[in-house]
Amino acid sequence: MPSLGADMTEGTLLEWLVRPGDRVDRGDIVAVVDTAKAAIEVECFETGTVEELLVQPGTVVPVGAPLAVIAAAAAEPEAGAPAGTPHARAGAHPAEHQAGPIATPLVRRLAEAGGVDLAAVHGTGPGGRITKADVQAAPHAPAGDGPSEGPAVPSPPQAESHGHPPTGPGTHPAEADGAGGRVRASPMARRIAAEAGLDLARVHGSGANGTVRAADVRAVLRAPAAPVPSTASAQEPAAPAPSPPTRAEAMRQAVGALMDRSKREIPHYYLSTTVDLAEATRWLRDRNRQLPVAERLVPAALMLKAAAVAAREVPQLNGWWTDGFTPAPAVHLGVAVALRGGGLIAPAIRDAADLPLPELMARLRDLVARARSGRLRSAETSDPSITVTSLGDQGVEAVFGVIYPPQVALVGLGKVVERPWAANGMLGVRPVVTATLSADHRASDGATGARFLSALDRLLQQPEEL
Amino acid sequence: MGEDVGRYGGAFGVSLGLLDEFGPDRVRDTPLSESAFVGAGIGAAIAGMRPIVEIMTVNFSLLALDQILNNAATLLHMSGGQVAVPLVIRMTTGAGRQLAAQHSHSLEGWYAHIPGIRVLAPATVADARHMLAPALADPDPVVIFEHGSLYNASGSPEPDGAPADLDSAAVRRSGTAVSLITYGGSLGKVLEAAERLAADGIDAEVVDLRTLRPLDDDTVIGSVRRTHRAVVADEGWRTGGISAEIAARIAEQAFYDLDAPVERVCAAEVPVPYAHQLEEAALPQVAGILAAVRRAVG
Repeated sequence: MPSLGADMTEGTLLEWLVRPGDRVDRGDIVAVVDTAKAAIEVECFETGTVEELLVQPGTVVPVGAPLAVIAAAAAEPEAGAPAGTPHARAGAHPAEHQAGPIATPLVRRLAEAGGVDLAAVHGTGPGGRITKADVQAAPHAPAGDGPSEGPAVPSPPQAESHGHPPTGPGTHPAEADGAGGRVRASPMARRIAAEAGLDLARVHGSGANGTVRAADVRAVLRAPAAPVPSTASAQEPAAPAPSPPTRAEAMRQAVGALMDRSKREIPHYYLSTTVDLAEATRWLRDRNRQLPVAERLVPAALMLKAAAVAAREVPQLNGWWTDGFTPAPAVHLGVAVALRGGGLIAPAIRDAADLPLPELMARLRDLVARARSGRLRSAETSDPSITVTSLGDQGVEAVFGVIYPPQVALVGLGKVVERPWAANGMLGVRPVVTATLSADHRASDGATGARFLSALDRLLQQPEEL
Repeated sequence: MGEDVGRYGGAFGVSLGLLDEFGPDRVRDTPLSESAFVGAGIGAAIAGMRPIVEIMTVNFSLLALDQILNNAATLLHMSGGQVAVPLVIRMTTGAGRQLAAQHSHSLEGWYAHIPGIRVLAPATVADARHMLAPALADPDPVVIFEHGSLYNASGSPEPDGAPADLDSAAVRRSGTAVSLITYGGSLGKVLEAAERLAADGIDAEVVDLRTLRPLDDDTVIGSVRRTHRAVVADEGWRTGGISAEIAARIAEQAFYDLDAPVERVCAAEVPVPYAHQLEEAALPQVAGILAAVRRAVG
């Protein structure tokens, strides 16, 4: 269980995206882990073959606990891959697997009828689309080939429409219903089962065609010590434990613990300066005029880039404090993102000082969207080296932030406002922004912080250099 | 006003004696032109009167649909709120009396589609009696559908009873196992089915819609939330009918409370036949309602 942030002590494994036998490369996304803040996609830090998954989905384990065993790459000859070749392929490219092959409903129906795994079919149509001819030419798997092999032919569209918590296909070999399809249940039965954390596949349906009805679910929930093996959640309903905190409560606790630690341990000092953005605004306007809407830059991207470059110029502010200061090898710029349900998270734009502006803009947009939808990558949450918080869109002019331990500095950006501004003995109206710095006095002094803000100001006067 | 409402007393005897009591200025026989006399009613309403227009059957009302939809239902909107049409139109609907296809259809669902009018479907003597006054008091057009098979029903509504509530459906029988939703001429069949189900230990709730536009979602959805199963019975055709609207609203608002698919018992999709056995076979009957309930309750 990787540490996906300084405030994380344990995590819930939500989902495996690989299975034993799959080959994985360093950087592949192999699992999804739920921290108190978000569901985060965990990247693999080894290359090799998955030998064993040690933790079942739904289990909470402390940071540092082993999740899986990966055998070194060399030992794995290609021919030794286990029987379900389509599996290995699907597992090694989880993104593709989730998106599913491109096929029309007709093609999906033909594939289902013929027992063809679409994931294994090469599409010859436009954009790699699988055509009717492709399906007809594909080798047909023997249909309904014994219950234990049933789930071995995953049908992506069905897997996606599964109502209950995501578990890899094959984790419930006993109850898969041969067709690998979803359990037939009434909406009410589904709702009651979901509320009680009961897997519908374990309920015997008494309705027409084996439909699970509300009464069937209630019967299972009422039965004391029902024969429900393995999953902890299914055994709980009899004696409901004190309800676990909601995501919002857990998030509040996590943010609270981290901020408490920050104010307890870090002697903050604060600096503030007002930056003239006339030049930057003019440059942005001219540049955006020539670009399609989707590629235009927002002032925030420019200011983030300036902050990243300034942090590279003043390395005493870019790094971590643990029994002394460790400078970071690059600027991984944390961006504080307020979440819609409350709380906040500060994932990193990695190597932000080296990114061209359009790339940084795209990363920012992507990062904010994924932070809000709760799908971040482990590398983004674990190692920001300095964080920027911007409350300008909320209308405030200055923010004096609290440092995220173990980082040593936090940059605050306010709203861009028009103000009377004197320059070269002349008074004019200019767009300005208040930039602030909260820094760790153990790692740096006010003079260092002043150099940072002054660099930020200088950089923003030469936007074309960014 | 309407065809034969004066001297003859109305095709179904609804206005019998009114001519003698109120005189020819207030009770008027009209020519056989639905478009003309409904249009005249709309004009009278605009001019400040409170007319009641009788159309012999809903099938014939199609000749006046242009007046009802394009004028009565629309003028308030098109005049920016300046011209209200406080008109009441009564008409017969429904089958079961061997009057064949041109006199027997149930098209109230079509009228319930139209914004700008209120659509009533009394199923009891008391509602038939007490809906008329509040319908007349309504500043907008009200269309009342009277099921032909109910004209011989008897009852003793209080002569000075309170005006009926035109906004609410009524729970005619409380139950816990399934909601039977119906109105007008089908209410009797549904209540009979409910009694038979009770004998089998199935406790059905019966909801009488009473008003088809605006539909009383609170009562219908509230009932389904209690029983988790719904059977809609009406004499209209199934496709695109009022039963479809009710089933859709249940799916929209009570999906997670449903323990079985919504069942519908509707008329066969044919012109209503003349021959007695065929007519009976084409209409919703108690047996069909029982079968639908058993499918839903399982």
